Amino acid sequence: MNEIILAKIGEVVLKGLNRKNFEDLLIKNIKRRLHPLGAFEIKASQSTIRIKPLDDNIDMDDVADKVGKIFGIVAYCRACAVEKDIEKIKSASIEYLAPILEEAKSFKVESKRSDKKFPYGSPEISKIVGSHIADSFPNIEVDVHNPEVTVTVEIRDMGAYIHADALEGAGGLPIPSGGRAGILISGGIDSPVAAYMMAKRGVELTAIHFASPPYTSDRAEEKVRTLLEIVAQYAGRIEMYTVPFTKIQEEIKEKCPEDLFTIIMRRMMMKVSQKIAEQHECMALITGESLGQVASQTMGAIACTDEAADMPVFRPLIGMDKKEIIRISEKINTFETSLLPYEDCCTVFTPKHPRTKPKLEMVRRAESAVEWDELIEEAVNNTKFTEIYP
Amino acid sequence: MEIYLDNSATTKMSESSVKAVMDIMTNIYGNPSSLHSKGLEAEHALKNARRAVADSLSVSENEIFFTSGGTEANNLAVRGSVYARIKRGNKIVISAIEHSSIFECCHALENEGFQVVYVKPDSSGNISIENIADAVDEKTILVSVMYVNNEVGSVLPVESVRRIIKRKNAPALFHVDAVQAYGKIPIKPQKIDCDLLTVSAHKIHGPKGCGALYIKKGVYIKPLLYGGEQEKKIRPGTETLPLICGFGAAAGELGTPAEISARLKNIEDLRNYAVSELKKISGIEFNSPENALPYILNISAIGIRSETMLHFLEKKDIFISSGSACAKGKKSHVLSAMELDPKRIDSALRISFSSDSTKEEVDILVESLKEGLNTLVKSVK
Repeated sequence: MNEIILAKIGEVVLKGLNRKNFEDLLIKNIKRRLHPLGAFEIKASQSTIRIKPLDDNIDMDDVADKVGKIFGIVAYCRACAVEKDIEKIKSASIEYLAPILEEAKSFKVESKRSDKKFPYGSPEISKIVGSHIADSFPNIEVDVHNPEVTVTVEIRDMGAYIHADALEGAGGLPIPSGGRAGILISGGIDSPVAAYMMAKRGVELTAIHFASPPYTSDRAEEKVRTLLEIVAQYAGRIEMYTVPFTKIQEEIKEKCPEDLFTIIMRRMMMKVSQKIAEQHECMALITGESLGQVASQTMGAIACTDEAADMPVFRPLIGMDKKEIIRISEKINTFETSLLPYEDCCTVFTPKHPRTKPKLEMVRRAESAVEWDELIEEAVNNTKFTEIYP
Repeated sequence: MEIYLDNSATTKMSESSVKAVMDIMTNIYGNPSSLHSKGLEAEHALKNARRAVADSLSVSENEIFFTSGGTEANNLAVRGSVYARIKRGNKIVISAIEHSSIFECCHALENEGFQVVYVKPDSSGNISIENIADAVDEKTILVSVMYVNNEVGSVLPVESVRRIIKRKNAPALFHVDAVQAYGKIPIKPQKIDCDLLTVSAHKIHGPKGCGALYIKKGVYIKPLLYGGEQEKKIRPGTETLPLICGFGAAAGELGTPAEISARLKNIEDLRNYAVSELKKISGIEFNSPENALPYILNISAIGIRSETMLHFLEKKDIFISSGSACAKGKKSHVLSAMELDPKRIDSALRISFSSDSTKEEVDILVESLKEGLNTLVKSVK
């Protein structure tokens, strides 16, 4: 039996004259993402993308898993492709959907006929296939109002397709329709979720990670790579830049007041990140901050951090509770890795009593004890580049 | 020429698996939990092995837990499940032809107050899904069914068990002992929809002393051992890195599902050839069901005690087994559950192939069995 996947394009179709561009982008992304699994024919028509494997050995579970993580697809279904022949449609619907129909209590059949040359009309198709299913499975009854399973028969130009209910897709917009941005990633729970959320809006990610050896270890950096690999299953290839941050942190620790340590550190991170972002044609920065979560994420502290960067800073988690963030991290599978207990650059030198309502003037005065430009320049010039693949 | 046809007992290690074990023992001797780079290097090796085993089952690395072998993984699955669900019931359903590491473990649990139902096979060695369905109820907290029986090769209906559990509304975890199926048929725990699945390294040309339990994401079981944080506290203790990496190498050599299926087809041809040749000898009876996994062929050389024939063949450098290797001469509980004629049980022999097995080897085996039947004194009455 020939199994295919029908992917439904969501928001993309709303984009008027840009629609073709979005659609092309999405097809390109699907092709790239499925390439390691084998050869496919991928074609779009009528706001549906048909993904057809060209090799019998392709595992459709793997294909479905990957398709479910591509942004720009709102829903997808695994369908059986048959010839446009009513007898073949009847027998295929029984055979292909047996595992679902054996379990279900009620069903209905919906038919869509876009190929008007097919001799039966939609209501007729539904009736024929419906009664055939009801005859074959004594456990299941027709219920047109509230069915447990909806069997769909689509008669399209390219062939006839039979499928049960669609699965939820990743939603969002195809990458990189949203542009490119730099995500500041530490290894905690929040930043990978922030990265995922912006990627969902079609943003291509450039990751910026701060490492402070020997205060932080290789394992901390590896943890970030692992997290990015998981995010990359959704976001595609990610460029990662690791910034040597030890000197700057030591300098802050030595020469600035302890209670402002975190805020000044974050400002320096912003300044370094902006330079890296500009080098790599990013138009914005992304952070995993959530209002009030810790001392450095109060409105006053965020105002001070924000001031250090000239480009827009997106904070997709700003209004979310920790619980909500964890829920997403569990969904995208980063949670477990985020919990690994390695010291990261944000936990090194944390002050006992950080200031929760810092004033920008005060921070600037404290900062002036050090000549930062050279240190920032040095950090930017010594970043290490890694490519992350899903 | 050495003819090894006891591959369900254990397999010869592959070269790359031996190399992996040696490499870890001599070079990567760090403890994966150590914070320094020697430790990190070991952790990388561990991670790669875990990925290889996870890939061989199409599951996530986070779902693979290394153990000291199939027996430990089976014990962990059974005890870990029932202790985790003890408040929701006390009934365990297993087949009567499970491996002793499940069978004896459940026996012991009976003494702790659990009720165990042993689903019997038919006389050909097959377990019917209806009989499993009859046993499962709303007090059942564990259903454990092997994928392929180790003695006769029958393939159990694991793919239908989840449906039964759902239909009966049982609060049961579902475990599959896939030791004898691993690497021989394509296995996907997601497709079987099981919570737990056991595999072992030494049945796939890896080292002895290492196995793994797949635990589906979100499923919680209790550990058997308490200690450090290794294997997410489900199986503490410093990882046996050399063996684990040998396992990883062997798992990496299993190939794609298509390659596994192609090998299965070759073995099926070989088994069919063996059966047709053996049928020409009078006094041979077949104990494996016709739809058995072709890697395992159980026969009886009527009149000759299993052990006698085994030693007779051994003199000719032919190695097969009487029943299962773990039973060591004890009367097989599998053949007994099939209610075979005691004469057949006492003279049962298990031939188990690997992809290295050849037609020539089968020819020599058949000749030697014929000679044994003709020359040995019949002692089984």
